[in-house]
Amino acid sequence: MAKVTEVLFEPIFKNNPIALQILGICSALAVTGKMDTVIAMSLALVFVNSLSNLSVSLIRKHVPTNIRIIVQMTIIASLVIIVDQALKAYAYDISRRLSVYVGLIITNCIVMGRAEAFAMKNGPVLSFFDGLGNALGYALILVSVGTFREILGTGKFLGYNILTPTTEGGWYVTNGLLVLPPSAFFLIGFFIWALRTWKKDQIEEDN
Amino acid sequence: MLEAYLSLFVKAIFVENMALAFFLGMCTFLAVSKKVDTALGLGIAVVVVQTITVPVNYLIYNYILKKGALAWAGLAGVDLSFVGLISYIGVIAAMVQILEMFLDKYVPKLYNALGVFLPLITVNCAILAGSLFMVERNFNFGESVVFGLGSGVGWALAIVALAGIREKLAFSDVPAGLRGLGITFITVGLMAMAFMSFSGIQL
Repeated sequence: MAKVTEVLFEPIFKNNPIALQILGICSALAVTGKMDTVIAMSLALVFVNSLSNLSVSLIRKHVPTNIRIIVQMTIIASLVIIVDQALKAYAYDISRRLSVYVGLIITNCIVMGRAEAFAMKNGPVLSFFDGLGNALGYALILVSVGTFREILGTGKFLGYNILTPTTEGGWYVTNGLLVLPPSAFFLIGFFIWALRTWKKDQIEEDN
Repeated sequence: MLEAYLSLFVKAIFVENMALAFFLGMCTFLAVSKKVDTALGLGIAVVVVQTITVPVNYLIYNYILKKGALAWAGLAGVDLSFVGLISYIGVIAAMVQILEMFLDKYVPKLYNALGVFLPLITVNCAILAGSLFMVERNFNFGESVVFGLGSGVGWALAIVALAGIREKLAFSDVPAGLRGLGITFITVGLMAMAFMSFSGIQL
């Protein structure tokens, strides 16, 4: 059981997919403007990543190496189609706002990267938890960036007023920059800075 | 007519830049932008693949997948659009493979220059997004060609610009925790803000 907790929790801080492995950044930037899209996206990734790791691991001994990428891609694409159809059916509004980014989970390198790097070499149970852990590491960054952007950018959190903005008679002057997409870059940059000040071994050498 | 295409082209490059306005293809964008030469190679590969795959996926969507698109085969009521994602990615992977074999045989010089970047492109989300945007915005065939070319050029422009900045940045004294990835994120953020100034342009 020790190994399960290890693969589950290691990716969250120690080997974070976004902050250290440079995987899955596109969607992290584009969907973090509002918390509800962040939550939908994180859940979608948790679902896709853990199940794709599980299925890739289950069939890893039967797939010839030279066609493995196509096989992995088909598995991932099928899972993403399920998520996409489910979102369209039960959360149409969120699905509209996520627009192409749900489909782009297919090319989200976290999913491909973990399938290739971990699930091809390890058993189904470990792979499942590795997928779950990496998806949670991704979700952690998304949620923290999304929280900052929504509270400071609009004064709201999940639609509830936290800091009442001046436009509604309150005192808080909303920071328009944080509503704009580039702010996600700054926030992730600072997040990495904070993480690496805490865990010094992640600092990159001069190159 | 020509004017509409031209404005779509300019819009795809600057106003709706794949990398800096939609943040697509970010993983390769950040990982392969240390040197201008390699960035340029990857940029050209993206332009080529994007210009081919968007129109091809247009044909697939409109003549096979769309609701009623199979009328020519006598299956008017069939709606296959839910398998869209899987077929686009299949087309992209196949096109990249074909392009690789074609270049290897007929233009070995370009093939060697592009090297490992060609296969990498399959997982570049800018390419898949190009096809998805094409479907979402209901482009016609001409528009999909122009959009494919324009968005590819825009992405290439952005990665070459970032590589140029990072080459200079290598000489500056950056705080330890920000070195490498951190400062790159902040640089890209500033670039994205600069590109946002294009968003007011009406074409």
